[in-house]
Amino acid sequence: MEGQVPEIIRKGREGCTGLKQIAFVSGKGGTGKTTLVSSLANLVQNKMLADCDVDAPNLRIIINGKVRKQEDYFGAKEAFIDPTVCLKCGLCKETCRFGAISEDIEIIPFKCEGCGACTLVCPVEAICLKEVKTGRTCVTETPMGTFSHAMLDVGAEGSGKLVTEVRKNIDGFKNNEEWVLIDGASGIGCAVIASITGVDAVVAVSEPTRSGLHDLERVLDLAEHFQIPLFVCINKYDLNREITALMERFCKNNGCPVIGKIPFDPSIIRALQEFKTPVEAGSKEVTEEIKSIWRRLTVEVMSLGKS
Amino acid sequence: MKIAVLSGKGGTGKTTVAASIATSLEQCQYIDCDVEEPNGAIFLKPDIKESLPVKVPVPRVEELKCSGCGFCAQACQFNTLAVVKGKVLVFQEICHHCGACLIACPQGAITEMDREIGVVEYNEDGTFMQGKLNVGEPISVPIIRELKRRVKNDMPVIFDCPPGASCTVVHSIEGCDYCLLVTEPTPFGVHDLKIAEQLVRKVGIPFGVVLNKALQANGSVQEFCGRNDVEILMEIPFSQAIAAYYSQGLLPAEYNPEWKDRFRKLYEKAERGVQG
Repeated sequence: MEGQVPEIIRKGREGCTGLKQIAFVSGKGGTGKTTLVSSLANLVQNKMLADCDVDAPNLRIIINGKVRKQEDYFGAKEAFIDPTVCLKCGLCKETCRFGAISEDIEIIPFKCEGCGACTLVCPVEAICLKEVKTGRTCVTETPMGTFSHAMLDVGAEGSGKLVTEVRKNIDGFKNNEEWVLIDGASGIGCAVIASITGVDAVVAVSEPTRSGLHDLERVLDLAEHFQIPLFVCINKYDLNREITALMERFCKNNGCPVIGKIPFDPSIIRALQEFKTPVEAGSKEVTEEIKSIWRRLTVEVMSLGKS
Repeated sequence: MKIAVLSGKGGTGKTTVAASIATSLEQCQYIDCDVEEPNGAIFLKPDIKESLPVKVPVPRVEELKCSGCGFCAQACQFNTLAVVKGKVLVFQEICHHCGACLIACPQGAITEMDREIGVVEYNEDGTFMQGKLNVGEPISVPIIRELKRRVKNDMPVIFDCPPGASCTVVHSIEGCDYCLLVTEPTPFGVHDLKIAEQLVRKVGIPFGVVLNKALQANGSVQEFCGRNDVEILMEIPFSQAIAAYYSQGLLPAEYNPEWKDRFRKLYEKAERGVQG
């Protein structure tokens, strides 16, 4: 039902038409999203990159280049009370549902959601909403393609909106690329929904642990909810072969192909410690598997377009 | 004492640390605030007795009273309401439940109805609590607020926080006495530790670091902590055995009781950190 589509979703659909977009997500954090995306950044030609984990953006640590565009992002509002006008009547405090107005009728910034309900009830118009900076966006030109990312201000609201901005920023720099590889956030909330909205496929990077399996189930539900094709990559698969087998069965029963299994390999950590991607410094086995993941993924995604 | 366990980066071992402290103390309350992907129950295996829906108020427009003036949509800062051909459309998922539209409507045509966005679950005595966001819902803070309303005041409380450094983490650590920042010795771990450090400094809660998956050389984490006068309270070595047990939902303290002592000491260090 179109009427039920939230704004973040409608906005996501506007961006990046004509490119195939793949979002790498995970549910649980630390399963290897950035490791995989940085490796693919090395292997895949003719693509752009986006880091949509704006809370803790890590792709920029190993991929850097020349800044093309850098801007403050104002993604939220906050109420301001003019003390010279305020009568201290307390109506605003009674109205605010977030407890963001103190006994002394002052705004408590981190509780204020910027909804403006207080501005509507103030009898003397002493309160106004002002835009506040919630982060900074950046587009860089790197040897691996154009790279859009952002950093949410510490503790700020609106990570979903900032993610949408990161994806929109790619638009202005399109140059006949074929792919956008999106490094997504963990979880299943607003930042993740904004990362996967309107993409052609989602790749869930998982690990064979009880937690990983639990979180994969929720990611699968999320992809289903938004009707986006989901593919699964099991990282560190040999850590627990039993759960890997469980995961494969679970994926099969739910109709989402497992497109690869990356072994647990200390060389991956060593590579990252040297600020290199695993395919630059890692083992041949890992590199070959990541190459095969991309081959399978492209075949799957291309066949989606045809059906 | 209330302790929050957070990390910036996901997968560094928040749940391992939080659940290990919980099992090492004689009595405490464990609260899983990672409502997008709650994992504490996998390790603590609580007997969930209660599951309460978390409901938020969202606007409902009475068409007969509505004049289509659009004041509600103008008042809403979150684009939850839109007027199309004189009719108000409500996008419930992105509503922040502030009530501004009710105030703005000159016709009194807007009322509110409850909408479920997730659940809060707990065991019989409430020493284990977790929130769960329904799949497809973007806004999780109301569930964290609901968990916070049920905090016990007569025993230690351990909060397992969501990853990242956004509003969900701020709400999770609010009111805590101490924060444990869990990190790992990779460039990603150090980068995100800095973010978590800035967050707890901004909120003004004393904190210390737990270095998980520690190697022989943890240069960058140690360097960062030294430079910023941050204490590393505990190191958990990188071990394939710990990882294998973890994968089965087992905490270090469950197969080696020595770990209970270590986590109890970690808790005591945090206590001293609050006093100091």
